[in-house]
Amino acid sequence: MKRSLRLARVLLSVQYAYMLEYRAEIALWALSGLLPLIMLALWSGAGAAADLSLSPAELRRYFLAAFVVRQFTVVWVIHIFEEDALQGRLSPYLLQPLHPFWRYLAAHIAEQATRVPFVLAIVLAVWLLGAGASGWPPPSTWLLGLLVTSLAFLLRFLLQSVITMACFWSERAAALERLLLIPYLFLSGLVAPLEAFPPGLRRLALATPFPSMIDFPARLLSGGEVDLLGGLFTMAAWTALLLPLFLLLWRAGLRRYAAMGA
Amino acid sequence: MGRYLRSLGAFWSSSLAMELEYQLNALIELLSVLGNLAGSVVVLALFYGRGHDLGGWSWDEALVVLGVYTLLDGFTSTLLQPNLGAIVNHVRTGSLDFVLLKPIDSQFWLSARSFSPWGLPGVLAGLALIGLAARRAGASPSLPTLLGTGLLLVCSALILYSLWFVLAATSIWFVKVWNATEVLRSTLVAGRFPVSAYPPALRTLFTLVLPVAFLTTVPAEAILGRTTLPWVLASLGMALLSLALSRALWRYALRYYTSASS
Repeated sequence: MKRSLRLARVLLSVQYAYMLEYRAEIALWALSGLLPLIMLALWSGAGAAADLSLSPAELRRYFLAAFVVRQFTVVWVIHIFEEDALQGRLSPYLLQPLHPFWRYLAAHIAEQATRVPFVLAIVLAVWLLGAGASGWPPPSTWLLGLLVTSLAFLLRFLLQSVITMACFWSERAAALERLLLIPYLFLSGLVAPLEAFPPGLRRLALATPFPSMIDFPARLLSGGEVDLLGGLFTMAAWTALLLPLFLLLWRAGLRRYAAMGA
Repeated sequence: MGRYLRSLGAFWSSSLAMELEYQLNALIELLSVLGNLAGSVVVLALFYGRGHDLGGWSWDEALVVLGVYTLLDGFTSTLLQPNLGAIVNHVRTGSLDFVLLKPIDSQFWLSARSFSPWGLPGVLAGLALIGLAARRAGASPSLPTLLGTGLLLVCSALILYSLWFVLAATSIWFVKVWNATEVLRSTLVAGRFPVSAYPPALRTLFTLVLPVAFLTTVPAEAILGRTTLPWVLASLGMALLSLALSRALWRYALRYYTSASS
């Protein structure tokens, strides 16, 4: 236990120092997640909020929350793992008595920590531009929202890690992420609140893990009405499905790993 | 000039031979184009299905904009992503030295070295959507319309190229602009919709600062035969200006290039 704590502290502080080196890029990255705000402009411009049983203020809060959730659930493990596996950097990691994915997880968390100031600045800017007209939900609500956001991050990390295992079988596995990004983009609630979907499409979306990654935490964060237990149960169910799959694929893949390039 | 054309032939045939080794990627790319297109059409339908329109554009006209976007996205995957995405690595590993030593313009080499056939499905899908939607919107394919459309599409391709190149060239300073190009890609999703659908402030931003309007909306208006001379001239001017800027920035950036630490 003591060893794990120390390990976590060292990993996180090393990765944080490493990420701080690249803060200029991370600021750019923060800008790349502007999609929810662009969609907010479109939805309010089209005057469509009235049909969604959401007031304009609720719509603004929803998309602002979706923006925050998106910022703290960005996952890029497949790209870095592909590079590490191809260039043979994975080999030394495998010799260490630590699953290499802990290192990637620490890198993600450290990157999110560097992101905080930029995200706060953007949220504040949007806030001043009028999204805050109706006030913010009480601290207990949005603290819970942030907690669920980090669970959503873990779920997305796990999902991408499962896809990442394809790197053991193909040199271009990162292309798979492009496929995974499509349902994530359109079904997660990033482009439209799920209420806007026709019933059939909505049922389809809810049958996938994607709404748990944006819609559910964003709704909590913006103080909307949610089925908290149901949402958490869905997340737990997907984790219970994906985690064993990941471990299985990791074992099978490792047997194929040929330490290219090293 | 002949030398450049001959080099281009050699570049592209060699990269084609290399890419064809990864045939599964053709399938992935095709699925991703179709998926993205379907998702975008569904999002458009969310607006139009409720009787709202986007900035005064009819359903078919908005589809033309989406077609232009898909076309440009295919162009990005074919040429911009494989070439300009690699500049970062050249800077990081120091292989830019070899590029600079070649008896050919370095900007040309960096911008045209690779060619990925996997963007072509996007180009074809974009063209098909444009043709289909323009006919349904009642556009007449007269000679001046076709010429104007061609000209404006070339302009938007040049503007897009310059944006990418400028961002990639900053890697001389920031070394790890990592997926900075992804940033651009995700900011430009705003071009999926006619620019008049955005609130006035954003419209100005998308016209003057981040020229999304010139990328998709202006060519789409030409296709629908309702563009005006000032817009054509503005688009031409914007293309020339951004091209000149990318050239100037590259020359300036090279002065700061100190090669990778050995």
